[in-house]
Amino acid sequence: MLSAQQLAITFNPGTPIENRALRGLSLDIPTGQFVTVIGSNGAGKSTFLNAISGDISVDSGRLTIDNTDVTRWPVWQRAQHVARVFQDPMAGTCEDLTIEENMALAQRRGAGRGLSRAVTAPMREVFRERLATLGLGLETRLADRIGLLSGGQRQAVSLLMAALQPSRLLLLDEHTAALDPRTADFVLQLTNRIVRESGLTTLMVTHSMRQALDVGDRTVMLHQGQVVLDVSGEERARMDVRDLLAMFERVRGEQLADDALLLG
Amino acid sequence: MSLFSVLGAFEIGLVFSLVALGVFISFRLLRFPDLTVDGSFPLGGAVCAVLLSRGVDAWTATAAAAGAGALAGLLTGWLNVRLKIMDLLASILVMTALYSINLRVMDGPNVPLITEPTLFVLLQPEGLADYVVRPLVLLVIVLLIKFALDAFFATERGLAIRATGSNPRMARAQGINTGAMLLLGMAISNALVGLAGALFAQTQGGADISMGIGTIVIGLAAVIVGESILPARRLMWATLAVVVGAIVYRFFIALALNSDFIGLKAQDLNLITAVLVGVALVLPRLKGRLAKKRA
Repeated sequence: MLSAQQLAITFNPGTPIENRALRGLSLDIPTGQFVTVIGSNGAGKSTFLNAISGDISVDSGRLTIDNTDVTRWPVWQRAQHVARVFQDPMAGTCEDLTIEENMALAQRRGAGRGLSRAVTAPMREVFRERLATLGLGLETRLADRIGLLSGGQRQAVSLLMAALQPSRLLLLDEHTAALDPRTADFVLQLTNRIVRESGLTTLMVTHSMRQALDVGDRTVMLHQGQVVLDVSGEERARMDVRDLLAMFERVRGEQLADDALLLG
Repeated sequence: MSLFSVLGAFEIGLVFSLVALGVFISFRLLRFPDLTVDGSFPLGGAVCAVLLSRGVDAWTATAAAAGAGALAGLLTGWLNVRLKIMDLLASILVMTALYSINLRVMDGPNVPLITEPTLFVLLQPEGLADYVVRPLVLLVIVLLIKFALDAFFATERGLAIRATGSNPRMARAQGINTGAMLLLGMAISNALVGLAGALFAQTQGGADISMGIGTIVIGLAAVIVGESILPARRLMWATLAVVVGAIVYRFFIALALNSDFIGLKAQDLNLITAVLVGVALVLPRLKGRLAKKRA
C-alpha cells in the first residue's frame, strides 16, 4: 500500500541551523493496517507525515501508494489517495463556510469540480446521517458556519469528512493533542470506529505512548529521522507503556527528560 | 440635489458596484490584496472606447473589455502563484505596467466617444431620456451579474475558490488545485472591473488614462460601507451588500460635493475616499479597545 524508501529531508541545508529531519527513513505499510507513530520532539514524526501528504517535498527517496510513484506529486493531486486530519482543529475546515459546504468540499476530494451545485438535497441527507452518528446534535446545524463549532466538534467533523470519500490512506497528525482529555477520548473512539468501519490504511502520529499502544495494530518509533522500533502482533499486545519507555530510553541511550510523553 | 444629479450618482454607483464586486472577490473571498484594478479599470475603458471608435459593435467591445480585464487578473495571479512574487507587489507591478499598456491601447491619453453607438444608445427606446435609460440598463446588468456570481459561488468550482481563500492548506488537502483556483478568481474579479471600466467609458463619453486612479480605494470603500450597512454571512446577502454599498457611497459623495457649505470640490474625491476607508479600517479596532476599557 504505502511504501516509503530512504526518505531524506534537510531543512536549511548548509546553514548553522541545518536540521536533518529525515535521514533515510523507510517504512512499508500493507493495506488496511492502522499504524501509530511515536517519538520525541524533533524525531521527524510530523515531517514524515508532511512528506507523505506532499506538504514538504523530499530531498531524496521514493514514495509510492499502491505502486504508483507519488514522490513528485503536489498536495492536491495526492489528495485523491490521501485524507488528512490536522493537529489544529481550525486547520482542517474552512471556518467561513457552513458545515454542509465543508462536507461537500470533502465529498469531491480527488474528483473534478465542475459547475453543478456544490450542495444538493441527497448530499444533505448523507451528511445528516453521518453527523447523527456523532451524537453531538450537529445534524440539525448543516447551514451553520463551522467556525461556530468547538475545537472537538470541528475535529469530529474533520474525521467524518476524511471518511466521506473512499481514500487509501488516512493521515492523523496528533489530532487529539489540542483537545481537552474528555473530548480527546471521544475523538479517539470515533477515530477507531471510522478506521475499523471503512478499513482505512491509517497512520496516526501521537505524543502519548498509551494512545500509541491502545489503538491500531502496529507501533513505530522514530528517532532522529529514522525508524528505530517497529512492533506489531503478539509482541505489541504484550507491551505496556513501561516496556515502550524502556525501549525508548535504550534507543536514545539517555535518561528520558520529556515528561510530556508520560502523560495521557 | 436635483433628479438629474440623483440619477447621475445612481448611475456611477451602479458602475462602481461592479468594481466593488470584483474587489469583494479578490479581497474578501480570495484574501488577495489586489491593486491591479487601478489598471484594469482604465484598461477596460480603453479597449472598449478604441474598439467602438473603430466601428466594432458595442456588445463585442464591452465583452472584449471584460476579457482584457480577465487577462490582467490572470497575469497578477500568475506572478504570485508561479513566480512566487508577493501578492500586493505582483498587483502593483501589473498596475504599473498597465499604465503604459493603456497609453499604447489608446495611442494617447484619451479616446472620446461622442457619436459612436454605445450600449446605451443601442438599448435606448423611443421617448425615454438617456439619463433615465443609462441607470436602468446598468441596474439590469448589475443584477444579472450579482445573481450569476451567487449561482457560481454555490457550485463545486465556486466553492473550491472560496475554500482556497479561506483555508488554502485545507483546500489542497481536499484535492483542490489552489493555484489554479486563485488564477480563476483573479480573472473573474478583474473581468468585472474591466467591464465596469467599459461601462464607465460609455456613460462618461470616453476613456481617459487617469480614470483608474483610486479605483481600488473606491471599490474597498464600497465593500466596507456595504458590509457595515448589511452585515451578512451568506454570500448572496454579502454580494447585495457590496452593490448597495457602492451606490450609497456614491450618494454620499454626490451629497458632499453638492453641498456648497462644506466647500468640497470634485478634485477632493480621492482624499475623501481615502479618509473614509482609513476611518472604516480603524473603527473596529477602536471599538474593541473601548469595549476592553469598559470591561
